[in-house]
Amino acid sequence: MALLGMRGLSVFISDVRNCQNKEQERLRIDKELGNIRTRFKNEKGLTPNEKKKYVWKMLYIYMLGYDVDFGHMEALSLISAPKYPEKQVGYIVTSCLLNESHEFLRMVINTVRNDIIGRNETFQCLALTMVGNIGGKEFAESLAPDVQRLLISSSCRPLVRKKAALCLLRLYRKNPDVVNIDGWSDRMSQLLDERDLGVLTSVMSLFVALVSNNNEAYWNCLPKCAKILERLARNQDIPQEYTYYGIPSPWLQVKTMKALQYFPTVEDPNTRRALFEVLQRILMGTDVVKNVNKNNASHAVLFEALALVMHLDAEKEMMSQCVALLGKFIAVREPNIRYLGLENMTRMLLITDVQDLIKRHQAQIVTSLKDPDISIRRRALDLLYGMCDVTNAKDIVEELLQYLSTADFVMREELALKAAILAEKFAPDLSWYVDVILQLIDKAGDFVSDDIWYRVVQFVTNNEDLQPYAAAKAREYLDKPALHETMVKVSAYILGEYSHLLARRPGCNPKEIFTIINEKLPTVSKPTVAILLSTYAKILMHTEPSDPELQEQIWAIFRKYESYIDVEIQQRAVEYFVLSRKGAALADVLAEMPKFPERQSALLKKAEDAEVDTAEQSAIKLRSQQQTSNALVVTDQQPVNGPLPINQLGLVRIPSQKMEASSHNQGLTKENGAVSKVDPEPAPSADFLGDLLGPLAIEGPPAATVSAEQNMISGLEATPNAADALALATVGDQSNSVQPIVNIAERFHALCLKDSGVLYEDPYMQIGIKSEWRAHHGHLVLFLGNKNTSPLLSVRAVILPPTHLKVELSLVPETIPPRAQVQCPLEVVNLRASRDIAVLDFSYKFGTTVVSVKLRLPAVLNKFLQPKSVSAEEFFPQWKSLSGPPLKLQEVVRVVKPMSLPEMTNLFTSLHLGVIPGLDTNSNNLVSCTGFYSESTRAMLCLIRVETDPSDRTQLRITIASGDPTLTFELKEFIKEHLINIPTPTPAPAPSPALAAAALQPQSPITRAGYTDPGVMLAGLL
Amino acid sequence: MAIRFILLVNKQGQTRLAQYYEYLTLEERRALEGEIVRKCLARTEQQCSFVEHRNYKIVYRRYASLFFLVGVDNDEVCPSVLLNELAILEFIHLVVETMDRHFRNVCELDIMFHLETAHFMLEEMVMNGCIVETSKTNILTPIQLMDKAS
Repeated sequence: MALLGMRGLSVFISDVRNCQNKEQERLRIDKELGNIRTRFKNEKGLTPNEKKKYVWKMLYIYMLGYDVDFGHMEALSLISAPKYPEKQVGYIVTSCLLNESHEFLRMVINTVRNDIIGRNETFQCLALTMVGNIGGKEFAESLAPDVQRLLISSSCRPLVRKKAALCLLRLYRKNPDVVNIDGWSDRMSQLLDERDLGVLTSVMSLFVALVSNNNEAYWNCLPKCAKILERLARNQDIPQEYTYYGIPSPWLQVKTMKALQYFPTVEDPNTRRALFEVLQRILMGTDVVKNVNKNNASHAVLFEALALVMHLDAEKEMMSQCVALLGKFIAVREPNIRYLGLENMTRMLLITDVQDLIKRHQAQIVTSLKDPDISIRRRALDLLYGMCDVTNAKDIVEELLQYLSTADFVMREELALKAAILAEKFAPDLSWYVDVILQLIDKAGDFVSDDIWYRVVQFVTNNEDLQPYAAAKAREYLDKPALHETMVKVSAYILGEYSHLLARRPGCNPKEIFTIINEKLPTVSKPTVAILLSTYAKILMHTEPSDPELQEQIWAIFRKYESYIDVEIQQRAVEYFVLSRKGAALADVLAEMPKFPERQSALLKKAEDAEVDTAEQSAIKLRSQQQTSNALVVTDQQPVNGPLPINQLGLVRIPSQKMEASSHNQGLTKENGAVSKVDPEPAPSADFLGDLLGPLAIEGPPAATVSAEQNMISGLEATPNAADALALATVGDQSNSVQPIVNIAERFHALCLKDSGVLYEDPYMQIGIKSEWRAHHGHLVLFLGNKNTSPLLSVRAVILPPTHLKVELSLVPETIPPRAQVQCPLEVVNLRASRDIAVLDFSYKFGTTVVSVKLRLPAVLNKFLQPKSVSAEEFFPQWKSLSGPPLKLQEVVRVVKPMSLPEMTNLFTSLHLGVIPGLDTNSNNLVSCTGFYSESTRAMLCLIRVETDPSDRTQLRITIASGDPTLTFELKEFIKEHLINIPTPTPAPAPSPALAAAALQPQSPITRAGYTDPGVMLAGLL
Repeated sequence: MAIRFILLVNKQGQTRLAQYYEYLTLEERRALEGEIVRKCLARTEQQCSFVEHRNYKIVYRRYASLFFLVGVDNDEVCPSVLLNELAILEFIHLVVETMDRHFRNVCELDIMFHLETAHFMLEEMVMNGCIVETSKTNILTPIQLMDKAS
């Protein structure tokens, strides 16, 4: 055995083992270290065998957790020994003791290189392994070409090449330039043909590293990976030593499927088919067997196959099969499989939309929350968190609350945070939210961070309806014998603000409220004392008529704290005492707290920042990303005093009707509407607006400039109303403005080509649209979502239809409750062909801010078209029968946006103009046919021919024929608009003040773009 | 996915073998080993073989008095490609079977007193956190050659 001749090492290990306690062990080790040090000092007297022995002792000592700060040189020097046993020890111990940045390593680069390029295979392996484990940048620079050569050399044996592959992987990570990407995709592809499974296993690791960095460069390797998987899965030509319990190398199978997951998709149909066949076999053919190892190995392959299917199955054909399998797994006895079932379900939620399928297993997942194993409980919690939505939030959050009382201490904080986030995000009503948070504080006060109770206070303050309820609840909790301090804080705060709303209920008169809160005073900490003092002051203020006895009690407390050591408390006590003697002044100063500005939930922020394990983190991140698309969730607020929303977003804003009614002509109105009046002098924004609206201001009330400005903001709101609103508003609110946070023009254009999406969004609300078109009927649904914690008021939506459309909008509720979404169906009937556009005039009030916008509705001409495919026999007789104007019109269109024929075909297809290939013998021409539907024309066939000039793509000739002259003309103009002015997305809204200020300058190009947008002009004309 | 460390610890919590594939200072190792060992050794046979700790997932298996613990983490470049716990779990068993073939009925003492042999085996099986070789014959060939030579 190897240890023969190293008796000293055995003796030492055995000595250490026999030590009775840590102290003895330390003494023995110190003695040995001293011994080794002395022996190394006199290196000349050491035989190679002795040196080897001491180096192993060092490694042993290091492994036990003792510092070994000498002898590295001796270990390193063994690398240069001529004989294998010493060299081996040198390499292995060096890679255990030193790290890549150790300066000594530099000294052996040459020796290592000589071993790598030398003829001795065993030396090559040792050197490659050490470099593969601890090689740094310098190694990468000097050794990479040699290592590459070994990897691809045909004369090298597999045992060297497999190490070369992983060595190269290390060098590549340290310095990616060592692998020349261009040439490597072909090399890699050849390497993947390798028959030796040891080499293939290493090569696959190298391949994964390269692909994860740049999958595009390695497309050519995709079929090879599929082949390897096929070979393994079908057990073709697999040597016995690479089968593990009858399964062809499960590790290589897993690795290969991992490699495939780094490609976004598999396009080649043959490869795809072959791959899915294999995957299907794995999914269906994996049975539970008695042998644990075989079972684990086959399930390792199965879980990887599931992951790959989830990644690749864009059509979701196999998704329900996957979920069914996972559903089976989470209910089995074997804890490992249960754990992995839950983990994979969570992961599935992250990458595909299978929420509904997974919800079917909710009961089982909830059961797992009570599993005896904390690892499984964690996975269950994560999954429940991930699968929660409005439909199941109540159930899930209540389960979490129930679990909270029995949960492990290590999990409580996370649990509390998750329950709070879900309650906030998916609350069906706000009183439920208040219930949940109060229960949370009650059950796990220690684990409820301040953010959670701040948030509930914020909700209550912003929602008047909620205040009596919250106050009553807070009062109930105060009756409980042992109350968490956080509960004292939150109930004292809420009762201070709103207990007067409860005054008539039993046990809720000011004195009773005060008494029950004051019972807690002796036991609470300083920050809570401060809150209680404020509460007392507020109770005093709300006591009508004043109660001298209560007053005296509270004053006594204030006086007591006047000399308190903590300044904050002292200050409050002094101030409240003085104030409360001033009678009415108290009420002014201590009025109700103002509403909080909307802001991102601190909880979500916290969850994002929190250092939780990676899987959880990704789930939380995903949640917060979804947040932006979820109309019910609070997002960051735009700066309150942000710049005025000017037309850079293509948002149609027309000053009030009053404006039109005023002596100014329509032309000016239009210009104002688009804010495109060219003002030669760049003036400060307020003045500019004042000037612009000057004539109006004369008619208005005295606060002319301000109200004019407000008028500008509020759009349709008539001036006197705006002034009224101002009287109530605080100064800071006057310049409030609301900017859309999406590019409205872009949204409109996108919705012209598709049937559902977001039409408009600002910090407070979001309008989505979903539409269905059948012949000349359109059925649209507007989704009005309130993103706030307080209601949107005075909601008003009016459709300004052009004459060719009959539009009926169902009743829009005046108020949209906090975080709710209302759906308003909208019926459209097309009477005849026209390019005019219906406009949605929409306004609402948020606090004192009135927001009013005009949005073009995507009920445009092409929505009433249906592409038709006709044969030449049908087409030409029609084409000929419709001869000459006004049924057939021809026009040469210039200044066309240059595009190739396929591009034009795409454009036509997206406009529902069916292009019929091969109908026109000239390949530069394009023929298309579509059916138009309206009440007056019913279905009418339209034939279109476009002749292009390959030498000049900026012009073309278009001929359009249909049985209705208006239709022919309108369709021609409609197509022309799209050919000439392809709506390009305007730059995304940039809320930076500088840019917005630039937009205020009338000559800014962005404003001009808005002006030339025909839709804006059109809407402006309405 | 990469193996970050392999630890062999007996049920008294004494380390019998430690191989790291990422550099940690001695203090970090000591702390990490202490925490992990405490966590894993407290678990029962009925619980699953996976424990989450810091950024690692610990996959572990117990053989008589000895615990084999493998620390794995997810790919930093592409976190959606998760590690495969069962593959690691069976890799542990492969290590044990390989040791068993060499030592014949391997026990804690074999590993303890033949630390270098255990290191040679791991060196043949794992490199820089990646699995290099899974054929027991190939893994043991160099070790047997050396035994014959000495």
